[in-house]
Amino acid sequence: MLEYLYLPHDISTFGPQVDWLFELIFWPVAAVWIAVMVAMVFFMIRYRARPGRKAEYIEGNPRLEIIWTTATAVILVILALMSRSTWADIKEHGPPGEAFYLVNAKQFNWEFTYPGPDGKFGEKGEITIENEMHVPVNKVVRIDLTSRDVIHSFFIPNMRLKQDVVPGHTIHVWFEATETGQYEIACSELCGFGHSGMKASLTVQSQEDYDKWLKDLYAHPPAPPASSSPATPATPPQGASPQ
Amino acid sequence: MSSTAAVAAHGARAERSSPGFWRTYIFSEDHKMIGKQFLFMALVMMAIGGLMAMLMRWELAFPETQVPGFHWVPEPFMYDGAIPPNTYNAMFTMHATIMIFFVVIPILVGCFGNFLIPLMIGAREMAFPKLNMLSFWVGAVAGLILLSSFFATGGSAAAGWTSYAPLSAVAIYTGVDWGQNLWCISIIVLGVSSLMGSINYITTIVNMRTEGMNFFRLPLVIWSLFITAILSLLALPMLMTVLALLLFDRMGGTHFFLPAGGGEPLLWQHLFWFSGHPEVYVMILPAMGIVSDIIATFSRKPIFGYRTMAYAMIAIAALSWTEWGQHMFQSGMNPALAGGFMITTMFVAVPATLVTFNWLGTLYKGSIHYTAAMLNALAFVAMFVIGGMSGIWMASAPVNMYLHDTYFVVAHIHYVLFGGSLFGIFAGLTYWYPKMFGRMMNETMGKIHFWITFVSFNCTFFPMHILGMAGHMRRIYNPQQYDFLKPIIPINEFISISSFVLGAAQLLFLANIVWSCFKGARASENPWHANTLEWTTPSPPPHGNWPGTVPIVYRGPYEYSSPEVAEDFLPQSLLIKHSAAAAD
Repeated sequence: MLEYLYLPHDISTFGPQVDWLFELIFWPVAAVWIAVMVAMVFFMIRYRARPGRKAEYIEGNPRLEIIWTTATAVILVILALMSRSTWADIKEHGPPGEAFYLVNAKQFNWEFTYPGPDGKFGEKGEITIENEMHVPVNKVVRIDLTSRDVIHSFFIPNMRLKQDVVPGHTIHVWFEATETGQYEIACSELCGFGHSGMKASLTVQSQEDYDKWLKDLYAHPPAPPASSSPATPATPPQGASPQ
Repeated sequence: MSSTAAVAAHGARAERSSPGFWRTYIFSEDHKMIGKQFLFMALVMMAIGGLMAMLMRWELAFPETQVPGFHWVPEPFMYDGAIPPNTYNAMFTMHATIMIFFVVIPILVGCFGNFLIPLMIGAREMAFPKLNMLSFWVGAVAGLILLSSFFATGGSAAAGWTSYAPLSAVAIYTGVDWGQNLWCISIIVLGVSSLMGSINYITTIVNMRTEGMNFFRLPLVIWSLFITAILSLLALPMLMTVLALLLFDRMGGTHFFLPAGGGEPLLWQHLFWFSGHPEVYVMILPAMGIVSDIIATFSRKPIFGYRTMAYAMIAIAALSWTEWGQHMFQSGMNPALAGGFMITTMFVAVPATLVTFNWLGTLYKGSIHYTAAMLNALAFVAMFVIGGMSGIWMASAPVNMYLHDTYFVVAHIHYVLFGGSLFGIFAGLTYWYPKMFGRMMNETMGKIHFWITFVSFNCTFFPMHILGMAGHMRRIYNPQQYDFLKPIIPINEFISISSFVLGAAQLLFLANIVWSCFKGARASENPWHANTLEWTTPSPPPHGNWPGTVPIVYRGPYEYSSPEVAEDFLPQSLLIKHSAAAAD
């Protein structure tokens, strides 16, 4: 089970950058931690109280204090700046979208809206299903997130992607899956008594399989979700257009 | 020196203040008694909050099974001993609320602040004794309001201690009605209590220091309490206002946080964290002060870089106002803001690193005595390093994207609040117990408690980092509902078993407090051979704190192993010819 003691298998294009930052932070932290613990334990043993020995009267050492303060500041600002560009790639801008979806969260289900056969939202033919998302592999997926009631959070562990879904806002996220397979989408912001178990399945498929699945869906549209109300905006949402 | 007048005045005062049971133990205006009242209130609350933690751990390791011994709990809280999701949500909400607002803050600020400030600055009382009494009793009312919410229809608050709107703002979203209202009211009332305390602390420290006690002769624990009081004074009015707005949304038909009426859910998070983040530092700064004093005393050495320690704590407090966005990287606020918040968040690690290295510098070439208090203080340092450094991952917005709202965060806050604040509290209580109760706390029992706590604490909270790395969301009722979390079920079980040991070990600490109160060895005036002023008066100190005159201060608080004297300590109030000549 050792492989489960680390970050889960990554299937997104930006995931390796996130994991790289995770490891980048790990090394200085581990080095400092080991240094601090070794120094501390050494001092604790070496300078334990023994009869006849008096502690040395040392009030401080400004030069040392300046050195370790500056070193920390430099390392941390570098880490923050290195995080900055990855963050901008993931959350501020990204590649133009190739497949578009609307995701609406509500206590305690995810509604996934697929565009109609003409590839557009807001027209006849768009289909909404609950708790089941299918996306094509190696395509930039752009999603508009909305919530009907409280704050939820759209979390795909294998993508490293997390974004709160806030009522009154339309929030855009993107990802590109690199592997086909079956994954889980979870809600990671407390949203009420059904928060635990508010999840959906994510199927990443080859374009052909995906097209086939979508065709089947258009041919046999499921009944709309029981409590469904027109949650999708009438006009195509901004995030759903290529940037 | 008008010592005779002071003695006479004090004598008169002592006579007036021996007014029987009620005025001595219940409606006391004596800062020492009020400090103890805060302590006992917090210990009761700690037992309640701790029990909830155990129940949660049971649920997480053995989801939806019956908790042994809890069949008697009536529905709808539990169903024949099994915990339903609503109760689970209520428990983590109340566990955090109780531990933060009714345990850690009352002990660090209410207990140590009240007990230590006058004794360590050389004052006979707080500036406003009546206000001080009121502060405790208003705090006690707040506690009762919070506890009463368990019995409200729909149960107690269940929207998390951060109570994000709109979940917290509309009753149907949680099914909790008056429970959440009472939660708001309770913390607003507690805020009034803390404000009264803050005003008192600031006034006392600014105005009532004894002769010779200038600001840079204050012990670091007093510095930390002073900074904390200023932080509370600035943060609490805002926190109380935010809670009032939530209450208006719930009861008054307003829409501050409800999008349906034009409100903004993110406004809650901005306001809550802008005032709440400084409150987080209120929970750690006094522990840093306590630990600084204890490490210097038992290393028999001056604290390394006394002035920089004070400046570092001021820097931490100042930076705490610039960091609230770190809680909101994934909230939907403009992602461009994360760039700035990453820098400010990373920056707080700079003064935190400084104090940590200064603690190590204090150990260097010391003569370290391993008392139970010292062991707890050293554990604070080691755990604070882990808790502080795990924050660096979350300060990086892209990594935060993965770790936010997972058990990595739970591990981080517990390393800081339990590994940090609570070990600081154990250290401080063991250290000042003789001054508080006139008897020594049992060292053997203290050390047994320390080792069991230290080991089981790490077994409980360290693996939570691994849960977080696996993606385990916090605040979920049943992790086994998720396929991707199934492989880590054994870790959850291990954590829960460790946490039961951890919880049980705290009974030992409570037992030690009670047992030592009656059976402990009588404490001398200065059992630890410490320098600060509270050790210049009998244990426990009488009314008015010093039987004779208030001591005069000639030097800083950490002159341990000074070459000027043969002993390895040099009390702040001791006049030696050499230094008297130097002062002239």
